[in-house]
Amino acid sequence: MRSTPTTRVRSRPIAPGSRPDVDTFDFQSVQLADVSRHFGRRRALSRVSLTLNGGDIVGLLGPNGAGKSTMIGLLATLAIPTSGEVRYGGRTAKEAGASLRQRIGLLAHELYLYPELSARQNLTFFADLYGLDSQTLVPAALERAGLADRADDDVHGFSRGMRQRLALERALIHNPRLVLFDEPFTGLDDSAVSIVSQRLRTLAASGSIVVVATHDLDIADGLVTRVALVREGKLLADEPSAGGLRSRYRSAIGAA
Amino acid sequence: MFVRTAILVLKKDLAIEVKTLEIVMTTLFFAVACVLVFSFAFVREGQAPPDAAPAILWIAVAFSGTLALGRTFERERYSETLRALLLAPAPRPALYVGKLLGMIVLLALDELVLVPLIAFLFGAPMFARPLFLLLFLAAGTLAFAAVGTLFAAMLIRSRTRDVLLPILLYPITVPVIICGVRGTAALLSSPVDEPTATMWLAILIAMDVVFVTLSLWTFEPLMSE
Repeated sequence: MRSTPTTRVRSRPIAPGSRPDVDTFDFQSVQLADVSRHFGRRRALSRVSLTLNGGDIVGLLGPNGAGKSTMIGLLATLAIPTSGEVRYGGRTAKEAGASLRQRIGLLAHELYLYPELSARQNLTFFADLYGLDSQTLVPAALERAGLADRADDDVHGFSRGMRQRLALERALIHNPRLVLFDEPFTGLDDSAVSIVSQRLRTLAASGSIVVVATHDLDIADGLVTRVALVREGKLLADEPSAGGLRSRYRSAIGAA
Repeated sequence: MFVRTAILVLKKDLAIEVKTLEIVMTTLFFAVACVLVFSFAFVREGQAPPDAAPAILWIAVAFSGTLALGRTFERERYSETLRALLLAPAPRPALYVGKLLGMIVLLALDELVLVPLIAFLFGAPMFARPLFLLLFLAAGTLAFAAVGTLFAAMLIRSRTRDVLLPILLYPITVPVIICGVRGTAALLSSPVDEPTATMWLAILIAMDVVFVTLSLWTFEPLMSE
């Protein structure tokens, strides 16, 4: 498992208009090896082993409190496993440091946006923080989010769907290798859902590893290529998605 | 990268503050009210008790600073933006320095109003040694904000953060406030007690070095969940 090829690159295109002043490295897979995460006496994750490969769209499914968000936090390097380890192409988060964070995009329950700032200010701040050329990237991201005409409006005046679209662009502005989405479809209408789904497919097709934690089985059914079912912190199943997700979920987890 | 990140975080915090004026207005009103109440209590026939002015200056700075610390990190908690900052490929101590600089700017604005106000209400010769006073305020503010920024960031996920912040902050920063009070009192004495003021300033600068070094060292591990 530790021999997974790791390529240290400085020349790989990270994102259009980027200034790669962070030494970055690339990876084709992520392995969780016997990972547990406890909060005091509560076991949020228990001995989970899972390999995520480039091109996968992995649906992380399970009831509330199953450990999905904990797993996303661990993959995002924001939490440290109590035991076991997460390896990104053979390196741990501690070994890779900032160069790994350059390759991770996270959209969580909370949208990680400053409501007092405008859409443009938010995206510019995060693009600059990632060492990217905000002058080039931000207008394109605003266009994709359908917010070009509201670019200078403060985010606190946006609807949930508009915020979600903006947060999506914030999470993807640096063209991450590992894309972690926790309930990305919340507040989106049908057309926005299909745009986001298409975006995730494009990311996976370009070699990104996409992980989507969701309760929306109908959307997940047509989107994910692999399914990881979790309950009470344990990984119950890790298998290719082959339709009939709701019935598989019901038999593994319970009513859905 | 380090400096650029710190400046980005500082600029972002200032951009939010310019739009909302929330922290500046809250802390200024609080600090001015504090000084006004003390002036009515202590000043009799234009005469304030000796050393009252420096004590009130530093108490106002400390209390309004605590208020500012709570609010500035509440903004990062509201949409969990601190997690987005921690996820960025920037050196994490640079995020700390950016937040610290933001706090220092906010407290400096407070002090810009407080110093002339105290000079006027208490008849204190605050501008007898302006450069010396500036050094005291800079060193004292840095020490207070360095510890406060670390603790406020550390407590961001705690439900009892509003209670815990002063409980953790004041025992550590009381020596800073005492140094500030004694040093400023030496500056305001007539004639100016320069050796004593220099001694207190040296202690404050030593505290700055210790607090900033420890904070930079511990910020990253303390921020890991």
